[in-house]
Amino acid sequence: MTENLLDAASLDAAVKAAVEAFDAAGDLDALAAAKPAHLGDKAPVLLARRSLGSLPGPERADAGKRVNAARQEVQTAFDSRREVLLAERDARVLAEESVDVTLPWDRRPRGARHPITQIAERIADVFVAMGYEVAEGPEVESSWLNFDALNFGKDHPARTMQDTFYLGSDQGTVLRTHTSPVQVRALLERELPVYVVCPGRTFRTDELDATHTPVFHQVEGLAVDKGITMAHLKGTLDAFARAMFGAESTTRLRPSFFPFTEPSAEVDVWFPEKKGGAGWVEWGGCGMVNPNVLRACGVDPEVYSGFAFGMGLERTLQFRNGLPDMRDMVEGDVRFSRAFGI
Amino acid sequence: MRVPLSWLRDHVAEVPADAAAVGEAFVRVGLELEEIHGTPELTGPLTVGRVLEIEELTEFKKPIRYCQVDLGDGVRGIVCGARNFVAGDLVVVAQPGAVLPGPFPISARKTYGRTSNGMICSAKELGLGADHSGILVLPPGTAEPGADALPLLGVDDPVVELAITPDRGYCFAVRGIARELAASLGEDFTDPARRVQVPEAEGPAWPVRIADEAGCPRFVTRRVTGVDASAPTPWWMQRRLLAAGMRPISLTVDVTNFVMLDLGQPIHAYDATRLQGEIVVRRAEAGEKLRTLDDVERTLDPDDLVIADDSGAIGLAGVMGGASTEIPLDRTGSVDVVIEAAHFAPTVIARAARRHKLPSEASKRFERSVDPQLPPIAAEAVANLLVEHGGGRIEPGRTDVGAAPVLPPVRMALDLPDRTAGVTYARGATVARLAQVGCAVELETSGDGKAGSTTLVVATPPSWRPDLDLPAALVEEVLRLEGYETIPSTLPPAPAGRGLTPAQLRKRSVSRALAEAGHVEVEPFPFVADAVWDALGLPEDDVRRRTVTVANPLDADRDRLATTLLPGLLETLVRNKARGFDDLALYALSQVVLPHRNPVPMPDPGVDRRPTDSEIAMIEAALPAQPVHVGVVLAGDREPRGWWGPGRRAGWQDAIEAGRLVGAAAGVALRVTKAELAPWHPGRCGALRVGEWVVGHAGELHPKVVEALGLPPRTCAMELDLDAIPLQDARPAPHVSPYPPVSVDVALVTDEAVPAAEVAAALTEGGGALLEEVRLFDVYTGAQVGEGNRSLAYALRFRAPDRTLTNEEANAARDAAVALAAERVGAVLR
Repeated sequence: MTENLLDAASLDAAVKAAVEAFDAAGDLDALAAAKPAHLGDKAPVLLARRSLGSLPGPERADAGKRVNAARQEVQTAFDSRREVLLAERDARVLAEESVDVTLPWDRRPRGARHPITQIAERIADVFVAMGYEVAEGPEVESSWLNFDALNFGKDHPARTMQDTFYLGSDQGTVLRTHTSPVQVRALLERELPVYVVCPGRTFRTDELDATHTPVFHQVEGLAVDKGITMAHLKGTLDAFARAMFGAESTTRLRPSFFPFTEPSAEVDVWFPEKKGGAGWVEWGGCGMVNPNVLRACGVDPEVYSGFAFGMGLERTLQFRNGLPDMRDMVEGDVRFSRAFGI
Repeated sequence: MRVPLSWLRDHVAEVPADAAAVGEAFVRVGLELEEIHGTPELTGPLTVGRVLEIEELTEFKKPIRYCQVDLGDGVRGIVCGARNFVAGDLVVVAQPGAVLPGPFPISARKTYGRTSNGMICSAKELGLGADHSGILVLPPGTAEPGADALPLLGVDDPVVELAITPDRGYCFAVRGIARELAASLGEDFTDPARRVQVPEAEGPAWPVRIADEAGCPRFVTRRVTGVDASAPTPWWMQRRLLAAGMRPISLTVDVTNFVMLDLGQPIHAYDATRLQGEIVVRRAEAGEKLRTLDDVERTLDPDDLVIADDSGAIGLAGVMGGASTEIPLDRTGSVDVVIEAAHFAPTVIARAARRHKLPSEASKRFERSVDPQLPPIAAEAVANLLVEHGGGRIEPGRTDVGAAPVLPPVRMALDLPDRTAGVTYARGATVARLAQVGCAVELETSGDGKAGSTTLVVATPPSWRPDLDLPAALVEEVLRLEGYETIPSTLPPAPAGRGLTPAQLRKRSVSRALAEAGHVEVEPFPFVADAVWDALGLPEDDVRRRTVTVANPLDADRDRLATTLLPGLLETLVRNKARGFDDLALYALSQVVLPHRNPVPMPDPGVDRRPTDSEIAMIEAALPAQPVHVGVVLAGDREPRGWWGPGRRAGWQDAIEAGRLVGAAAGVALRVTKAELAPWHPGRCGALRVGEWVVGHAGELHPKVVEALGLPPRTCAMELDLDAIPLQDARPAPHVSPYPPVSVDVALVTDEAVPAAEVAAALTEGGGALLEEVRLFDVYTGAQVGEGNRSLAYALRFRAPDRTLTNEEANAARDAAVALAAERVGAVLR
């Protein structure tokens, strides 16, 4: 019996039986069930090893080698089968856990910031990066700041009731018609030199329609320093245009008139994405700060000079984002703001 | 201002044939191009016809005429709706086969029961101008019936339309814009004012007295007798008036308009037989009446400047003449014409035109200033044209009272244009450009001509450029004529900026936090109706009813500036609901306007110096407070239903949470206390506090408010004053203990009326330094805790900063916490 276990034929048979049994195991449980018969205490190879002691020395060494090799073979067969079955099981589990990832999980509704807020922030960031500060002011403003200090004479046509919302009984207080009073405030409040950008809400008595709104937004830029030239104005506008409309963009100045600047210019911007092909688009107004404005703000025009520019934010969105109707800006339809994201 | 190229050619040596090139030349020097009205598309048989017979058809809704028109090769019947012509008149007929601008093809057709063999055209239909008040009647003798009308119409003459900025009054005349065009093109310019010979006069033409020299510095009259009142205006002049957008009326009116368009001087023509005595220029008397040419009786203001004679006011100076002294349109025979050409102060005319809402061709020019040297020249030009086309003779006298104001010279450093532009202009450019705009220029060297001395330009502006009153104005002339395109692009040296202010950063954080939490930003108008306060249920003495009123609102009902963001937000909510959106979370972030209880008057400092600090302080004090508010409104589901299960309705909790979210974004944990405030539900309103200070409110709206405003049921809202939250710029870092915590749960039974926040506050305080967190995880009411009570279950987390906490220590701290809760709010451990 002992000899039988240790002879080569018996060991080969045991190994063969074990390999067959393991290969026949269809899953990890079956493999585990098959294990004791071939690798357990009563398994032929282990019984064979235990019977080695009964052999005489010279034979024992020889038989020991055979037994170890057989046992190693059985173990390897078990391990490799187990590896295969584990891989099969893992693959099956993952396949079973598969879901439809296209099911929407929109349990938390999406919010959005208004596009005006976003573009105002973008513009402020462009100028802050150039060393400017963001200045703000009240929407209900004194006529002195909105008009007088900006070189609008008392009888200037822009003061007519057709353009300006007047408040109360006298004409001393208005809803600001532009962001330019913030320029005046900046010059009155700040140390020179002054480099500020002023985004804000403004008001004019235009009826609401597809292209007009009585409540709109502007951004104003102002630089007052020694030696400021119109070339600096042009350079700043060009940098602004590139930031807003891409590296190819630039600006063009056309002579114009504003009470608070002299010389004055209209700004056209080269808009590469213009509908129907790249081209010039009217963008805003600008000029060198009128010495009368500097004087009213206590700045000596003999020593300092400055430039100012202003653009409409709605107008900028209108051509940049292809906005079809100005009413969308003010009606607050959630579809409108949501299209612009956060 | 509309001008045909042919008119510009009268004054500029070479004008390009291409209207677009002309337009560009104007734009380069600062005239804004509105439009180019190119050659109208006119083809086919356009024929001069003579109206032979008119049959009035009365059986239709409007009077219609069936006309027999001689077209040279035969007589045709044509139906026409206009009535401004008589038998014998010369008209332009578009015959079948012609195509008018539009395109509008003409064919023979049956209409009003007659066959119409073509169309009798108005000026507008022919593309000749804007006049569509009647058909175009050609002056007698212009052409014979049957003649081709096309060459006659001069349609191959494009019209350039320019927008004139308020500083360039002189450009409201062909004289002015031709000067600009010549400067832009570098062509020779001939001043039409210099073509008029003004002869020496003998004596006055009509006596004039100026009683108000400030309002009327100069007044000229000239007289032409024996003008044929029914003489037709020559066709070339009519054509120019039509191209300029005016309507030919009668010879006297057309001539004064033509000279005004050419030179810029508004002129008035009186029927001398209707004038009574001396003309006086004076202010109106209070309550004085005047019937103006437009046949409106106007009550004058004592600030109005009037032209008067012995009968009283006969014209609103510089704005519109009076009906009593005009030359009647139906006047025949010879007429005796007194021509008025005066100079008025711009502000006086601007105020009168505004006061009477009467912007006229005259006031438009006078309020932007007219060349004060023009009156005798323009009067002469009118007299000459009247005699040329209407006969009669110019009387030898001329009245010229007052004097043209003199413009002072402006001194400027010679290099100021270069320094302003950042360009080195060619030597002599500044002097040449100033001379080109009409200045008399001299150079002056200050000091003794050695180093350090500066050269000054002394420029005396021409009489038509009162806007050239500052060195900067001279600079602009040089820069624009040299061309803005020559100015290079350089950045100014960058200053060291300080970035956004803490308040600006906070505003951004708040807006982003709300958007990221699912709210959509909207920007409602700040205009509200006073009635909205009743709808919101505000008590009579509520401070939010104290509003600033808009004197000239667009919508008469909405004449108040909002003191709260809620009306605008709720209106936007309703609009969205009407568009099919039920689940809504909206927010707005903007200034509101809170007037002071006792407003102080707004000061009006001058502009020749900086206002004093006290003047600035007075301006600030006179302005209403305008804090930045944040508002949120919620309706429908806050979380939608879906394949995961049911949704969750937005409730008062979401409104309060929105407030706490804003607080968190602003770096503050807002405290919530129960409150009662309209428009909120009295049982579902929380005050949002920083410490004890109330900064806002949140909760569900009052059912009555929901009903009054047509809101979805259970609409919730939050509004707080962001500016009232102190800025948190340097927050201390916490000590983060690495030792393990001990967690203990307690359930406390209290009276239902005790706010949970008070229980939590007592636990927090009682738990002492070891208590790291108090978290409410269950609220229970029911039989087990007794009627009127509720149980609040809290998870308490204890931790020591420097060691592992023992259970005994944690339990002792828990007992202390519970004890304080028992003492403060009568809580009993369950």
